[in-house]
Amino acid sequence: MIEEGLREAGFSDIHVLLERRGLVAKLHSLSPDVVLINLENPGRDVLEESFALSRALARPIAMFVDQSDERSIAEAVDAGISAYVVDGLKKERIKPILELAVRRFSAFSRLRTELDEAKSELADRKLIDRAKMLLMRRRKLDEPAAYALLRKQAMDSGRRIADIAEALITADTLLGGQE
Amino acid sequence: MSRFRIGFLPLVDAALPIIAHEYGLADKQGVSIELHRDTSWATVRDRLIYGQTDAAHLPAPLAIATSLGLDRPAVPLAAPFMLGLNGNAIAVSTRIAAMMHLDSIGDVAATGRVLAGVAQAEAEKGRKLRLAVVHRYSSHNYMLRYWLAASGCAPDRDVEIVVVPPPFIADALAMGEIDGSCVGEPWNSLAVMRGDAVIAAATSQIWNRGVEKLLAFRAPAIDERRSAIEALLRALHEAGKIASDPACAAEVAAMLGRPEYIGQPAELIARALGNLLILRGAEAPTPIEDFLMLHREAANFPWKSQAMWLYSQMIRWNHAPAGQRGFDEAAAVFRPDIYRSALAGIGAILPGASAKVEGAISSPLGAGSHSGRLIMGPDRFFDGQLFDPDRAQDYVASQAE
Repeated sequence: MIEEGLREAGFSDIHVLLERRGLVAKLHSLSPDVVLINLENPGRDVLEESFALSRALARPIAMFVDQSDERSIAEAVDAGISAYVVDGLKKERIKPILELAVRRFSAFSRLRTELDEAKSELADRKLIDRAKMLLMRRRKLDEPAAYALLRKQAMDSGRRIADIAEALITADTLLGGQE
Repeated sequence: MSRFRIGFLPLVDAALPIIAHEYGLADKQGVSIELHRDTSWATVRDRLIYGQTDAAHLPAPLAIATSLGLDRPAVPLAAPFMLGLNGNAIAVSTRIAAMMHLDSIGDVAATGRVLAGVAQAEAEKGRKLRLAVVHRYSSHNYMLRYWLAASGCAPDRDVEIVVVPPPFIADALAMGEIDGSCVGEPWNSLAVMRGDAVIAAATSQIWNRGVEKLLAFRAPAIDERRSAIEALLRALHEAGKIASDPACAAEVAAMLGRPEYIGQPAELIARALGNLLILRGAEAPTPIEDFLMLHREAANFPWKSQAMWLYSQMIRWNHAPAGQRGFDEAAAVFRPDIYRSALAGIGAILPGASAKVEGAISSPLGAGSHSGRLIMGPDRFFDGQLFDPDRAQDYVASQAE
């Protein structure tokens, strides 16, 4: 029924996976644009684990739920990443739902990427601070001079300042520094 | 009458809501229960957050992950009542059991070291052991990882941890899809009965008082339906008395075994309720101290320190961001205030504190309570570590590799 609805809506590259075993491997090899799954499908825990482990492999999910009322549909839309709940199997609604699932997924992924970037910036800054402190103590430099030294080294070697900082900290630890 | 639709998975620790319904305890409190069985935790959680159910039997870490919005937008949940402590076991396939020369279950530290050795040997041959847990955010995952890591086996490097929903674990062991698992009863015993697995350890040996399932509500419901929820908690408390009464065990096991609940042989369920496990083949049952605690020692009290320990493990395995804020948010999911308010004046034990140092008790100890006499049994972690919720960050640092 869903498959028929999808074909009528103009989707042609459809794969139906019935086996719980090997679900993740099959999904990885198919690399679909969107996954449609029933709320009650026992493979959902496995899918969640797989998508949490590798965001690169994560795919938008649209979820089908029977017997849901308008209120729970609205709640599902608020609560879902990319999940959308369908009341029954109305063929004409499938296409907009899939599109919405893909849009919501992209929005959530973007948000997370931004968050990760913010976090790694913070981590970089901490590394650079530690490396500066190290240089200030070991080479008796003041802070601007320590930073200038790190920056020069980074420019000369074509690497990021944070990478130079990390290498310096590692080297100091290996050489028994009291870092 | 106020109605609660409660989602659950077929497991022995779903006992309390089922008993509260079947024994008319909910009716006595003026509420009604409608049970809804599913096969995977994602479904149980989603029915709750989409409003198809009003409460759910959930692994505690899943309620925390849902509230904190790990992997998905946050939906705040509240847990005023735990559905028990402990109750899971670690089973390995007969092939791995033979390699481990398993002959007893007494010394969990020794068993862990042997398993770590086998895992290492298999990994070197390019056949990492595949061990199943029931959800990414489950106590099963964190308890198994804790045991492996303390036994010299790095869970993310030396083995492969996969997810299999509880009702499929025995089949997965039978088909060689997995080499071992950590799951609640009766699914270990089913695999043992069929001759496909041997029980190597119980999680109560890894942590004597391990945090496990809870009853989760959508957070706004706590205020919207406060008096009905408190009535429901009183019914569950009464259900706990029946669940832990040996005189009721046979009847309770038969009821839980019915197709609409667990749908497995009553004898397997009766053993779990009686802290007994058959470890392999046709052996006699082995008593496992405190295997499953559904009621006594205020087992249903939601200690904030339990939530915080779980959060420390979420940080440890890169499931959640480090920092005090996450600890505070995790602790806020547990609602001991609602528990106390619901069970006041009915003779229930009401602990005075809301958090405790986990792992500090090695022999029974009296603890402060507003009412009732609370004797806390041993709550040690098998490696003797302590979790002090006031020094949670130090604990995380001590576990960082």
